[in-house]
Amino acid sequence: MTSSMFFNVATIAYLISMIVFFAFLAGRNKTIGFAGSLIAYAGLAVHTLAIGLRWKESYDMGVGHAPMSNLYESIVFFAWTIVLLFAYIDLKYKYRIIGAFVIPFALLGMAWAQLGMNTGIEPLVPALQSNWLLYHVITCFLGYAAFAVACGISIMYLIKAALEGNDSSAQAGGLMSMFPPLKVLDDLNYRAIMIGFPLLTLGIITGAAWANYAWGTYWSWDPKETWSLIVWFVYAAFLHARFTRGWVGKRAAWLSVIGFAATIFCYLGVNLFLSGLHSYGGSKM
Amino acid sequence: MATNERSFVETVWDFFCSLKLTLFLLISLALTSIIGTVLPQGQLPPEYVAQISPTKLQIYSKLGFFDMYHSWWFISLLYIFSLNLVSCSIKRLPHVFKFVSEPTLVLTESARNAYSLRREIAVSGPMEKCRESLAAFLGAEFSSPVVTEHNGELHLFSQKSAWSRLGVYVVHLSILVIFVGAIIGSLSGYKGFVSIVEGTSINTVEGRNGNQIPLGFEVLCEKFSVDFYATGAPKEFRSILTVLENGKPVPGYSQVKVIVNHPLTYKGITFYQSSYGQASEGSEHYITVTPRSGGTPEKIAVHEGAAVTLADGTMVKLLEATQEVREFAPGFSGPAARIEVTRKGATPQTFIIFKDFPEMNAQRGDALIFGYDGTNARMYTGLQVAKDPGVWVVWLGCTLMVVGLYIAFFMSHKRIWLVISKGHARIYGNASKNQAAFEMQFDAIAEKFQKLKI
Repeated sequence: MTSSMFFNVATIAYLISMIVFFAFLAGRNKTIGFAGSLIAYAGLAVHTLAIGLRWKESYDMGVGHAPMSNLYESIVFFAWTIVLLFAYIDLKYKYRIIGAFVIPFALLGMAWAQLGMNTGIEPLVPALQSNWLLYHVITCFLGYAAFAVACGISIMYLIKAALEGNDSSAQAGGLMSMFPPLKVLDDLNYRAIMIGFPLLTLGIITGAAWANYAWGTYWSWDPKETWSLIVWFVYAAFLHARFTRGWVGKRAAWLSVIGFAATIFCYLGVNLFLSGLHSYGGSKM
Repeated sequence: MATNERSFVETVWDFFCSLKLTLFLLISLALTSIIGTVLPQGQLPPEYVAQISPTKLQIYSKLGFFDMYHSWWFISLLYIFSLNLVSCSIKRLPHVFKFVSEPTLVLTESARNAYSLRREIAVSGPMEKCRESLAAFLGAEFSSPVVTEHNGELHLFSQKSAWSRLGVYVVHLSILVIFVGAIIGSLSGYKGFVSIVEGTSINTVEGRNGNQIPLGFEVLCEKFSVDFYATGAPKEFRSILTVLENGKPVPGYSQVKVIVNHPLTYKGITFYQSSYGQASEGSEHYITVTPRSGGTPEKIAVHEGAAVTLADGTMVKLLEATQEVREFAPGFSGPAARIEVTRKGATPQTFIIFKDFPEMNAQRGDALIFGYDGTNARMYTGLQVAKDPGVWVVWLGCTLMVVGLYIAFFMSHKRIWLVISKGHARIYGNASKNQAAFEMQFDAIAEKFQKLKI
């Protein structure tokens, strides 16, 4: 299948992009950084094409649906949204070194999907035959991707803060000089969560609307629903914590990392470890 | 004493207004919510009860862990959360209103120094002329200013999206609206379930705690059917329903197709396709027995779980039957039955006979060949039933929340002052959020400002 081939190309592009970004980190050569971004964009373009092709292929098979119906398709889409948001931040804020900490998330997802999962296109079970599928999945995953980017930025913050803490001189040399200043990282973390939080909210609301339309209850404390609410609480705490002193910087970075861990559990852990209404997300491994 | 009381009230008030309480509540709600995703909720499965120690079971039940989202302590957390929301808003809203309704028209010296966004030009014309042209300039570039004279200086104040400062309170309000919707739903709505056998009708549904709830009308299931994909996965389950009032079909509610994701709503009560099955009670299954040697086939009718003895003394017992065998016997499809055949004096044999693959049984090589002819059993459709008058309030709350979040995160209150003194005019800018984006807008305006010749 052609889409599968393109997905492999995108995966390899992300791998190369990550390696180039690491080289950028070590060598501090601007051209190398630019190359890292370019390769990531090329990967994103191929990735987009592959998703479009898979969509078309499903129609050719007579089971046409948006490619967001099982774990494989959702991981592939998640990786796509992560790179998309990286591109947005790279173009808007010009701190492309963030790629060294964000592209690995996308690569990890793609590699797992391409190597470890059944890639076949399957027909939609009755519960998923609804336009809500598209709205719900797109909003949720854009939100998740923003949290992934925020987590990558927070990890950069924590590394830099730890190294500069030991080194009492104002600016740690070497690797750290490539990192944006701590204040900028803190701000970018906040901005990424500001994008993610409204999207997660929309994702929860579209999920509730769909559940009400399909089952007659907008909220049933199903593990998936509950975990999405837990993630919402964590980021709501993050946003409120910024208004009180002492909750910026390191604490905010840790909260962002914890928030993303909860996000990942909401996305994967619930399907793999707990049972509930979202079972289609976990099957066909 | 009076002061003590006052200070106690103040302490309580401060407690409910504090952001620390908000953080504590958000984190507590997040942490405690995990319990209900790990422990089973509602009716406990017997396997679970068997594997957990009695003491644990008792402690967990006492703490309400098996219905934790309705337990007194979780509900209390939500009530305190609401109180916290209301108190915070009451405390802060007046300030915000004042900020919006009584803007800082005159920029004091200290405020001027606090703003990093500022530019200056020299002006030579008379004050009145400066005022006119600069007011026109601000009106064209940003928004029409309010002019105030103060200590011989002219202050031109203009602002945009002052109300965006209310965004966060819209979000807070939306949470309360959603809670109100949920309370309305739990007080005056219900969730239930009903199964209707093809060709029959019902006028009550079973509530969550087993009670029968009258509908006030009847629902007739005309027909039920299932489609499958080539892979055997279900494609569509479909009930054809008719609503009856006084035994007569209601116009517009006759022969309505109900499938998953396409419910039927009548008089505020909604029916959702949920499950299906075969109404086996009292139905007969038909089996044809043909001797391999030839001779007349014998047709028998048997109930599920029952046995029939053939003319030669062979006993045929119908263990179970299904309308779709695919998931039990990969590679086969259609109706099938599992039977136990005991020849006279022999040990019982169990096998499956397929309606759509009659030749299969002959390959068994036995003297008798069995064929399944199907059943007169009817299907039943399982429908979730819900009445929730609060749902529209919940959607209103959700809409408010999305709008509020948009305002709170992506809009900012932007202000520009122009102070005209003798010989020069200065421009100052400030935004409540996203100063960087406003800076670009301010720079563009300031650049034009500096080119002005007055």
